[in-house]
Amino acid sequence: MLTTELQADTLTLRLSGRWTVQRLAEIEQVLGALQWRSVKQAQVDAAALEKADLSAMWLLRSALRRAEESGVKIGYSGEPEHFAFLTELQQQSEAQHIAPVEQPSWPRRLIAGFGKQAVQTVQHALGHLDHFGHIVLTNLRGIRHPSHMRAPSIVRHAYEAGIQALPIVAMIAFFVAVIIAYIGASQLRGFGAGIYTVDLITVGVLRELGVLLTAVIVAGRSGSAFAAEIGVMQLNDEVDALKSIGLDPVEILVVPRVIGLIIALPLLTVVADAMGMAGGALLSNWLLGISLPQFLARVQDAMAPTTFWAGLIKAPVFALLIGMIGTYRGMQVRGSSRELGRLTTTAVVESIFMVIFANAIFAVIFVELDF
Amino acid sequence: MTDTPIVSVRNIVNRFGEQLVHDGVSLDVHRGEVMGIVGGSGSGKSVLLRTILGLQKPVSGQVLIEGDDLTTMSERQLLNVKRRYGVSFQNGALFSSLTVAENIQLPLREYLKLSQASLDELTALRLTMVGLPLSAAGKYPSQLSGGMIKRAGLARALALDPQVLFLDEPTAGLDPISAAEFDQLVHYLQNSLKLTVIMITHDLDSLLTICDRVAVLVDRKIIVDTLAGIMNNPNPWIHEYFHGPRARGIHPSQSDASGEAHGA
Repeated sequence: MLTTELQADTLTLRLSGRWTVQRLAEIEQVLGALQWRSVKQAQVDAAALEKADLSAMWLLRSALRRAEESGVKIGYSGEPEHFAFLTELQQQSEAQHIAPVEQPSWPRRLIAGFGKQAVQTVQHALGHLDHFGHIVLTNLRGIRHPSHMRAPSIVRHAYEAGIQALPIVAMIAFFVAVIIAYIGASQLRGFGAGIYTVDLITVGVLRELGVLLTAVIVAGRSGSAFAAEIGVMQLNDEVDALKSIGLDPVEILVVPRVIGLIIALPLLTVVADAMGMAGGALLSNWLLGISLPQFLARVQDAMAPTTFWAGLIKAPVFALLIGMIGTYRGMQVRGSSRELGRLTTTAVVESIFMVIFANAIFAVIFVELDF
Repeated sequence: MTDTPIVSVRNIVNRFGEQLVHDGVSLDVHRGEVMGIVGGSGSGKSVLLRTILGLQKPVSGQVLIEGDDLTTMSERQLLNVKRRYGVSFQNGALFSSLTVAENIQLPLREYLKLSQASLDELTALRLTMVGLPLSAAGKYPSQLSGGMIKRAGLARALALDPQVLFLDEPTAGLDPISAAEFDQLVHYLQNSLKLTVIMITHDLDSLLTICDRVAVLVDRKIIVDTLAGIMNNPNPWIHEYFHGPRARGIHPSQSDASGEAHGA
């Protein structure tokens, strides 16, 4: 592929065979192994070259160019004429001097990193607030002028976030209630208090688990869907297109999703509650021999008037949080598919976190209010 | 050698549901030829390209690459054939999470073991070739203009020194100066490196300056001829295409006449 001959201070490079992209790795090695010490002149002889392409010839030229910089004179002979164009390209590319980017020292970077993070956190908090305000204002306008409430769109999102989530929500609620009944029964039976399993299920499912599980599932399903849908629309300039037509993307894209979710989540919660109670009833019958009438009577006793409502009242709040975070993160997508993935993930993680955090606040408030 | 066409499409039929896109389309492209594909919107130009690339299986018909049938090939053989292709898509199709340099280096990294220094050298070659500044190397596609994305897409298509180059509307969205430079580049590639180029284009200047032959997709069929032959084709759509108000530039005598009229 390359034979070299050193006579006095003249190095002759004879190219032969195929210099093509498939053999670049070999070519790179051969060129790297060239000895330039004590060489004053080099003569490239390409007469025996069988086949050559741009990539290979470019690497050759780059290697020779480096030698030239260290004072070697280079001459070409027998090279196919059309590669002369590479010399021109080489000059063009060398003419563009690119200043290397200077990295600041690490303490500086550390402090800068902290600062950036802090500023971003504040900006995000403000961004969420701004987004919330925008949604509220759009809703107020919608109440005054009902044509601004996009009913078909709201129905679609309520359907997608609600009806289509029914099977999974029902199943998970059922199985979690089964688990709780199982653990409760096996623990409480030891004290002869097996009947209190029913209390545990009733209060646990209706107050906390029904709504919390539903919200977490919906955050995973719809929160990610909202962020991804709006994110792709951002990438395709669809959101800008809406703006340029004079339509408000918040009104068209965000509000219907949030309202759809606020409608769907309480309904899903009711279903989850019912399925949870069904699972509890089944297990109570199975493990403790409590018949359905007995179970229902015990449920009546265990339930305070507020138990069911304490769970359900949280659903719209969770829906608002999930809808807001999903749509906000979707709106933030810019530029690349990686951003889309990152922000969709962020949307799901944030909404699950916020749902659980809000649930904790509710718990404190309900205890303080004796609700 | 020139007897076996490098790309040969035989009696392709493509159908989407009720809609028949191609009804027996045949096309031979010879080595070292620049073939321009034209046709109205929705006439199936991109579908034809996707069929040749093996991205879409035709309902019936064959696609032969140097005599091998693409439609019956194993995945492995197909991959081998695809290494010899370079494709530049209509919207660039750059990977948005990679920088321009990483986009260009991706095929090289995938197939060859090269040092980073060599990869950077080769990236500089491709960028300079397509007329991008070297400073574009570190940028992400979202930071580039439409024309630059197009050039970067072409740079990636050229990364492996392909034997066949497929271009989907390469000059659409470029300013006339860049489009002319692009024509020159394709002309150089074809002339010096004996590259085969198959391009979908609506740019009449490209058709005139670089295409050896032109294939027109019309009424689900294809008509292949030299540009002069196509221009005299009696088909009303083709006549309209090449003799319409925007086609004056390719008829020297008429453009002179209009120039005089303008002067007066």
